[in-house]
Amino acid sequence: MKPFQYTKAVTQQSAIEAIAKPGVKIIAGGTNLVDLMKRGVTAPDKLVDINNLPLKSISLDKAGQLHIGALALNSTVSESPLVLEQQPLLAMALKAGASPQLRNMATVGGNMMQRTRCAYFYDTTMPCNKRQPGSGCGALEGYNRMHAIFGTSNKCIAVHPSDMCVALAALGAEVTVSSRKGSRVIPFTDFHRLPGDHPEKDNTLADGELITGVVISNNKFAKNSYYLKIRDRQSYAFALVSVAAALEINNGTIKEARLAMGGVAHKPWRLYDAEKALAGKPANEESFNQAAQIAMQGAKGYQFNSFKLKLAPAAITEALKHAAGIA
Amino acid sequence: MTNNQSTKGLSRIDGRLKVTGAARYSAEFAPAGMVYGVLVGSTITKGTIKSIDSKAAERAPGVLSVITHQNCPRIAGYQVEPGKKEPEKGTYKLFYNNKILFNGQPIAIVIADTFERALYAASLVKAQYNAAEHNTRLIDQKHEAFAPEGDGTSKRGEADAWKTAPFKLEQEYIIPSEVHSPMELHAIIAKWDAADRLTVWTKTQGVQDTRDGIASIFKLPRENIQVNSKFVGGAFGSALQVWPHEVAAIVAAKLVKRPVKLVLGRADMFTSVGYRPHTWQKIGIGATADGKLVGITHEAIGQTSAYEDFNEGPIGVSRATYACANVNTLYKLSALDIGSPTWMRGPGEATGAFALESALDELSYQLNIDPVELRIINHADTDPESGKPFSSKYLKEAYKLGADAIGWSDRKTKPGATAQNGWLVGYGMGGGMFGAYRDKAAARVVMKDDGTLLIQTAVSDIGPGTGTMIVTIASEEMGLPAEKIKFDLGDSSLPLAPSQGGSGTTATVGSAVYQACTDLKENFQKLAGNGGTDKPDYAAILKRNNLQKLEVTSTTNGGPERDKYAMYAWSVHFVKVLVHPATGVVKIDKAVCVADCGHVVSPKTARSQLIGGAIGGIGMALMEEVVIDHRYGRLVNNNFADYHVPVNADIPQIEAIFVNKPDPYINPMGAKGMAEIALIGMAPAVANAVYNATGKRVRELPITPDKLLGKDGAMES
Ligand SMILES: Cc1cc2nc3c(=O)[nH]c(=O)nc-3n(C[C@H](O)[C@H](O)[C@H](O)COP(=O)(O)OP(=O)(O)OC[C@H]3O[C@@H](n4cnc5c(N)ncnc54)[C@H](O)[C@@H]3O)c2cc1C
Repeated sequence: MKPFQYTKAVTQQSAIEAIAKPGVKIIAGGTNLVDLMKRGVTAPDKLVDINNLPLKSISLDKAGQLHIGALALNSTVSESPLVLEQQPLLAMALKAGASPQLRNMATVGGNMMQRTRCAYFYDTTMPCNKRQPGSGCGALEGYNRMHAIFGTSNKCIAVHPSDMCVALAALGAEVTVSSRKGSRVIPFTDFHRLPGDHPEKDNTLADGELITGVVISNNKFAKNSYYLKIRDRQSYAFALVSVAAALEINNGTIKEARLAMGGVAHKPWRLYDAEKALAGKPANEESFNQAAQIAMQGAKGYQFNSFKLKLAPAAITEALKHAAGIA
Repeated sequence: MTNNQSTKGLSRIDGRLKVTGAARYSAEFAPAGMVYGVLVGSTITKGTIKSIDSKAAERAPGVLSVITHQNCPRIAGYQVEPGKKEPEKGTYKLFYNNKILFNGQPIAIVIADTFERALYAASLVKAQYNAAEHNTRLIDQKHEAFAPEGDGTSKRGEADAWKTAPFKLEQEYIIPSEVHSPMELHAIIAKWDAADRLTVWTKTQGVQDTRDGIASIFKLPRENIQVNSKFVGGAFGSALQVWPHEVAAIVAAKLVKRPVKLVLGRADMFTSVGYRPHTWQKIGIGATADGKLVGITHEAIGQTSAYEDFNEGPIGVSRATYACANVNTLYKLSALDIGSPTWMRGPGEATGAFALESALDELSYQLNIDPVELRIINHADTDPESGKPFSSKYLKEAYKLGADAIGWSDRKTKPGATAQNGWLVGYGMGGGMFGAYRDKAAARVVMKDDGTLLIQTAVSDIGPGTGTMIVTIASEEMGLPAEKIKFDLGDSSLPLAPSQGGSGTTATVGSAVYQACTDLKENFQKLAGNGGTDKPDYAAILKRNNLQKLEVTSTTNGGPERDKYAMYAWSVHFVKVLVHPATGVVKIDKAVCVADCGHVVSPKTARSQLIGGAIGGIGMALMEEVVIDHRYGRLVNNNFADYHVPVNADIPQIEAIFVNKPDPYINPMGAKGMAEIALIGMAPAVANAVYNATGKRVRELPITPDKLLGKDGAMES
C-alpha cells in the first residue's frame, strides 16, 4: 500500500473542502476502500475520515418520508424499528449483504459507492477498463460467471455488487449530496450508471461531492415486499442474482409493483416494463411468470453466466410469490 | 441438538487458551531485532525472468535488503553434485535460477523494518519476463498424461469385467482443485543463533520432519536446528513439507543478520502451499440383478506441476472398498504450469470416493436396490486386496446407526418424489475408508513430587485436540485427574514423533504415551515394593524415597500384527437435502456421520473432528473450487470472498456417531484414526441426496445452483 495522509473531518464543511482537491478520498467504514488500497487498485494521497460527521440519523418526517444519513451503519439501518416498519424491503436487503462484522462497519454512503467485485478489476496484472481505461476487459472472454446480462458494453460487463442499492432502486429513493457548489438531489435510479464507453465511472456523483443521505418517500409496500438473494452459499456471498420485489395489493389485485434486480447489471436493474405489466393483474403465479418473462427482454449471456438467463426469471417469480405471501 | 457422546470426555484442554488469544501461533513471537519479509510473486505463468529492477524497493524507507535469484546466497542442498546433471524434476528451488514455473512463484523477498514498509517496497519490485506458452487446463492436457512412478495400473481378476454384467454404467466424475484454506496463514520466524545454528517458529504438522527438511536444504546437522510449532490453526495437509517461503525467511535472516518474520498473504495461500489436485475420473461398474458387483474399472487423471510428480492414488478406493473379484485401475498425471499439489484431508480417497460412491448410487437406481442394501450385499468381509482378515470392522453396524438417525426409511427411491414447503427433499449416503496407520513414536513422562505429571513428545497439534487425547490416555492409565497432567508438544527437541498426518497420531503417539505411562507405573510399583497398588499415591512414594521426580521415556511402534491384519477405519455419511426446484439452491437439512474407528479415546474432540471433516466434505460438495483464467494462468478467486468455504448458515445439525468398539490388534487403546474418514465420502453423499431430490446427477463438483438449472432451466419436479 502506498503511504498516504489521513485526517479526520470534524464538520461537513471541512470534509467538503478537503475532498475538493484531487487525490483525496473519503473513508467511511473502510470495508471496501482499504481492500482496494491494499490491492493497489486505488492509491489515494490522502484519506478524509468522515465518521465524526453528524450523518447517522434515521428519521421519519411529517410527509412519511424516511431519511437515512449517509453514515448510518448497514447494521443499524437493518435493525432500525422505523425501517422495519416503514421500509422492510430495505432491511431485508441489508441483512442479505456481507456478514454481521462487515455490516457493523459499513455505511449507507460507502455501500452505494462500493466498487465491483470483478476479479479483473481487483488484479492489477490483468486488463480492466474500469481500473485502467483502455487496457481492455478481462471478463468479456474470461471468467464471467458473476457478470452482467443487462446493459453491458464491449468495454465492461461488471456488476454493481450491492444488495442495499437494489432495494433503494426498487423503492425509488433519492440521494442527497453536497459539495462546494451546494446541494442537490439525485434520483436513486440515476445515481449508478451503465458502463458504456466509460466504465471507470460507476455513478453520477461529481468530483468533490459528498453523499449526505438517502430519502425514501412514503409508500404502501410494507406489507408485501421481499428481497430474494440467490448465492453460492447461504450467507456471506455476493448475489448470483437478487430480486427486490414490492407490491401494493388491493383485494388480490396488484395496484402498484416495484421490481429491481442485483447481480445482473452495472447498476441496480429496475424492471419498469415488468412493473407496468403487473399493475392491475391478480397477484398470482401466472401474473408473476409473465412479468418475469417481460423482465428478461434484452438480456444477454456470456460464456459462464448464461445460467442467469434462466435463474433470473425464476428468482423474479419466486420473490414476487414471497412478496404476495403465496410462496 | 442432543448428542450423548458430546457430554462425555474431556473438553479441549487448550480451548480456553485458543479462544482468549493466549495461545501463541507461529507468527506471534517476537525475538529481539525481528524484521519482516514480504514475497514478490511472478505475474507470468511460464518462461524466464529477463531482469528484475529492485532499486526503487531498496531505496524505499526501512528496507534492509531485496533478495532475488541474482543475489541469493548459495543454498547448499540445492546444488547439484559436481559432474552430475540438474535433475529434470524435483522439489522447486527458490531463487535458484531465472525460470518461471507457475504464476505467483516467488521471484523476490523484500526485508524491511516493519511489515507495512516491506509490503509497500514489494510493490515496487518490477520484473521483465520472456513469457513462454503455458498450459493450466487439465482437460486440454489429458492426452499428455503419463503414469506416475509405482502406482499407475493395477488389475485384480479380469480387466473391464463390468462390461459383461447385465446392469452396468460408465460415467465420468470431475473434482476441481480445492485449497486447504486453514484460518491461520502459513507463517515462519527464522532466527540464526550462530552461523550454523537456527531456531524457527513455523506452521508445521511435524516439527521434526520440518527440522530434517531444513537440515537437508541447508546442509546443517539436524541437532543444530530447533523447530517450534506449539499451536497450529489448521493445516489439513498444507504443512507437511518445507515450503519455499520458509526457505526464503531462513535465507533472508542469514543475510540481514536479524530474525525475519514472513507471513503469507491469503492470496499466496492459494498458490504457495499446495492444494487438492483437479482430477478427472471415469468409472465403469457392473452388477448382477441381485446387486453383486461383477467388476469395476476406475481411471483417473490428476493434475501435478511441471517440476514434480504428485501421486495420491485416487483409484485405490475401488480396489479396497467392496468385495469385487474384478477390478482394474489406471492412474495418470498431467503436468500443468501450476505449483505442485499436496496432501489434503482424505488425500486420494476423498477424490476416488466421489467417483466410486456416486457410481454405486447410480447403479442402485438401475438395479432398484436401496443404496445401503447394495453396499451390504457387497460388503468386504476380508480385505479384497490381500485377502487378510480385518483387525476390526463394524461397517454394517455403522450403516444401521446412520440410517436410523437420518430417518432413511423416509427416503423415496423415485427422485423428486418428496417435497416440503416448496422444496424438494432428497436423501443420500456415501462411505469412506482410510488405512489405519501406526508409526514409531516416543514419549517422556515425568512424575513430580507435587503429584503432577508432565508428558512430552514432539508431535504437533494442528487442531484435532492431540493434547486432550494425550491427557485422556495418561489420566486413565495413571489414575490421575486431568488437572494434574501437563503436556508439552510441538518442539523438535522433544521425544520422537512423526508429522501429524494420515490420521495416525492417536494410534502412534497415543500408544507411546500409553506405554510410557505403563512403564512409569511399573517403576512406581517396584519403588513402592510389595506389589504396590494399581493407582498409588505417586507423590507419597517419591517423598518416601527422597526423589523429586521419576521419569520414563518409551518408544513404541507397530508390530507383526500389521502383517497379519488389514487395518482400516470406515465412515458412512447420511445426508438429507432440500433443493429449490426453481432456483437450484441446495440446503443441507441434516447430516449424520458415523465412524467406525475403534475405541474413541477422546469423545468430545473426536466429535468435533468428525463434524469438522463433514463440513469440509460439504464445502467440497457444494462450493469449493479454485478457478483459473487459463489465458493468464492466474487464479481469479484467490480470496475468501470469492473462494467459498461453508459458513455457519450452510451447516445444519450434524450428528456424529461412533460405533466405538475397540480394535483388538492395532494398539493398546484399540483406537484408529478418524480425521480423513470424517471427510471422505461426504461429497458423494451430498451429490447422491441431490439426485434423490431432483433427478439431476451432478458429476462435476461443486454442485452450485447453475448446475442444477442446467441448459433448459428450472428442474422439473
Ligand atoms: C468480503 C466482503 C463481502 C461483502 N459482501 C457484500 C454483499 O453480499 N452485499 C453487499 O451489498 N455488500 C457486500 N460487501 C460490501 C460492503 O457492503 C461494502 O464494503 C460497504 O458497504 C462499504 O461501506 P464502507 O462504509 O465501509 O465504505 P468505504 O470502504 O469506507 O468506502 C467505499 C467508497 O465509498 C466512498 N464513500 C464513503 N462514504 C461516502 C460518502 N458519504 N460520500 C461520498 N463517497 C463516500 C469512499 O470514498 C470509497 O470510495 C462485502 C464486502 C466484503 C469485504
